[in-house]
Amino acid sequence: MSHIDGSNAASHARAARLAGEPAADPRDRGGLRQPLLIARGLRKRFAVRGGLFGRTMAHVHAVDGVSFSIAKGETLGVVGESGCGKSTLARLLMRLVEPDAGELIFDGEAVGERTGLTLGELRKNVQMVFQDSSASLNPRMSVAESIAYGMRVHGATRDAARQTAHTLLEQVGLRAALFAARYPHELSGGQKQRVNIARALALNPRLLILDEAVSALDKSVEAQVLMLLRALKAQLNLTYLFISHDLHVVRYVSDRVLVMYLGEIVEIGPADDVYRNPGHPYTRALFGCQLDTDPRRRIAEAPLAGDPPNPVDPPPGCRFHPRCPYAEHVCTTRVPSLGDALAAPLHAVACHMHDAASAHTRAGDPPAGMPHAFRADGDASDARRPPDLLRS
Amino acid sequence: MSAALPSAALRAVAPPGYLHAIARRLRHDYVTLSFAALLVLTVLAACCAPLVAHYDPYATGLLGRLKPPGWQGHLLGTDDLGRDMFARLLYGARMSLAMGVAPVALALAIGGTLGVLAGFYGGALNMAIMRTMDVFYAFPSVLLAVAISGTIGGGVASGLLALTLVFIPSLCRIAETATSQVRALDFVEAAQATGASSLSVIVAHVLGNVLPALFVFASSLISVSVLLAAGLSFLGLGVQPPTPDWGQMLAGLRQAIYLQPLVCALPGLAICIVSFSFNMVSDGLRHAMDIRA
Repeated sequence: MSHIDGSNAASHARAARLAGEPAADPRDRGGLRQPLLIARGLRKRFAVRGGLFGRTMAHVHAVDGVSFSIAKGETLGVVGESGCGKSTLARLLMRLVEPDAGELIFDGEAVGERTGLTLGELRKNVQMVFQDSSASLNPRMSVAESIAYGMRVHGATRDAARQTAHTLLEQVGLRAALFAARYPHELSGGQKQRVNIARALALNPRLLILDEAVSALDKSVEAQVLMLLRALKAQLNLTYLFISHDLHVVRYVSDRVLVMYLGEIVEIGPADDVYRNPGHPYTRALFGCQLDTDPRRRIAEAPLAGDPPNPVDPPPGCRFHPRCPYAEHVCTTRVPSLGDALAAPLHAVACHMHDAASAHTRAGDPPAGMPHAFRADGDASDARRPPDLLRS
Repeated sequence: MSAALPSAALRAVAPPGYLHAIARRLRHDYVTLSFAALLVLTVLAACCAPLVAHYDPYATGLLGRLKPPGWQGHLLGTDDLGRDMFARLLYGARMSLAMGVAPVALALAIGGTLGVLAGFYGGALNMAIMRTMDVFYAFPSVLLAVAISGTIGGGVASGLLALTLVFIPSLCRIAETATSQVRALDFVEAAQATGASSLSVIVAHVLGNVLPALFVFASSLISVSVLLAAGLSFLGLGVQPPTPDWGQMLAGLRQAIYLQPLVCALPGLAICIVSFSFNMVSDGLRHAMDIRA
């Protein structure tokens, strides 16, 4: 399966230029309308081993049938509680973890199939910035060596790789003359994360996966790094998959948001839509947890009780039903469908209340209005909103 | 951070490379340096034994047995067959040092490789390698060495084999533990994300973080190896007489301890000094290699 929608790529590019959109990337293959990455039915279970001979006792359903697409040049935010499968999803997209099922299509080319994209090519195009800025740099390699490593692997000469490493350092705002020969322990957290970004950019990728990349930084440093990411996105024609548990940051950087719960997508849609009018009870509860700077919007009661169920043994039907205030019999028996999550701009919700044909008493009549901090009623929240950071 | 910093100042700020930093730190560690010098001297003396010693280490003399140091030009006296102790200690150093270093080097190569592979790949390979190592752990090391030497006969080669086998499990386990710890860190995943082969990731990212710990542990094993080799020779399983070897000399002289205690203690003293030096040097190395210190 190659070049989906690719036959008329050239005409798309021409149309786009006429429409005043940015000039097509020379690396582009599938045309502007071809999503940069399509994930279809990704599934990964991890074996839980135990007992005397390390037998497989059970499976953790880390990512269970996840489908979505990322359009070229957009920032897709991924939110969810700890352990909901966000990081596994990131590693599946880079094929650092082998999926049990599902396929990846990068710019129209299936990954790993004989006629498609090899893993090596995928990894040149998709790079990742990790959360722990310290652990993601080799303590015994200088900054320049760390950045140059990937290029050396792909056959660059030592001098060329070092030259590019210096350029990249300058590009992420670190003076090469000062920092190239330093070791990670001599850098601050923010500087290390800049080095990690430079390393991720070294192979000239088109998709950058930011796995909690700014979560561990101080708020002021976080803002600087977000600004840097925005600048790089424009300069280098990048697409971001932005994973974070920080709902505020995700809102401000994302074009679209994907909400995960227990390894499944429960809601996906344009960021403004999802934040103003969250459809899934889980999304509503998640946003209800957000603290607000306004003391009048103090959280009076816990929006969500209990821990998420054990992913070893996910509940039948809708996985959220044990914690859902609207759960009914149908929720315990039938798995709600997300609909066609691959249709890019659509706001899709995997909940029986959003499916008019389901047996739920509120079918087709989901609770409306915003919980708490992201209420759409007063425009006060919009007035306090900082400018968009990573949106295209 | 002004833009007009002179380039000389920049060079002063930019730190030197890793090896350079180790060398610089070692240069100021006089204790380690003196023990290293002592070891180098011992090795040199052992290599150049014919130039340093005036006597033949094999020449016996019935009249001059068990004489004290300084007797008729015998710098450290004579042993129970009237052979010059100084010459025998120097020639014996060859065998003892070789038996100290060679088994550890061999075990480091074999056990280290197995441990790194087990730690990096995990799973069934890890299981196979580490459980095999556990079998060796079931026997006390001296007993194992004695059993091996005893089974395939005495001599240098079997002693070497026995000591190597004794050291492989512990080196393998250290390498496995260190590797699996490094393996879990994000930079290994980041390296794999560049599309690098496992071999390249191991060489470039894993070894550099595993070898320092492994080297330090191995260098501390050298003194153990010298002592174990001496023990094997003492039991008559390692080096065979009349080849001079410290452990074997110790064994031969133990009956004369009441007649000439000073001379009898000399081989033991030599073992003691050499193993202590190896320990001190390995300690200093570990300190110098800790890049964050």
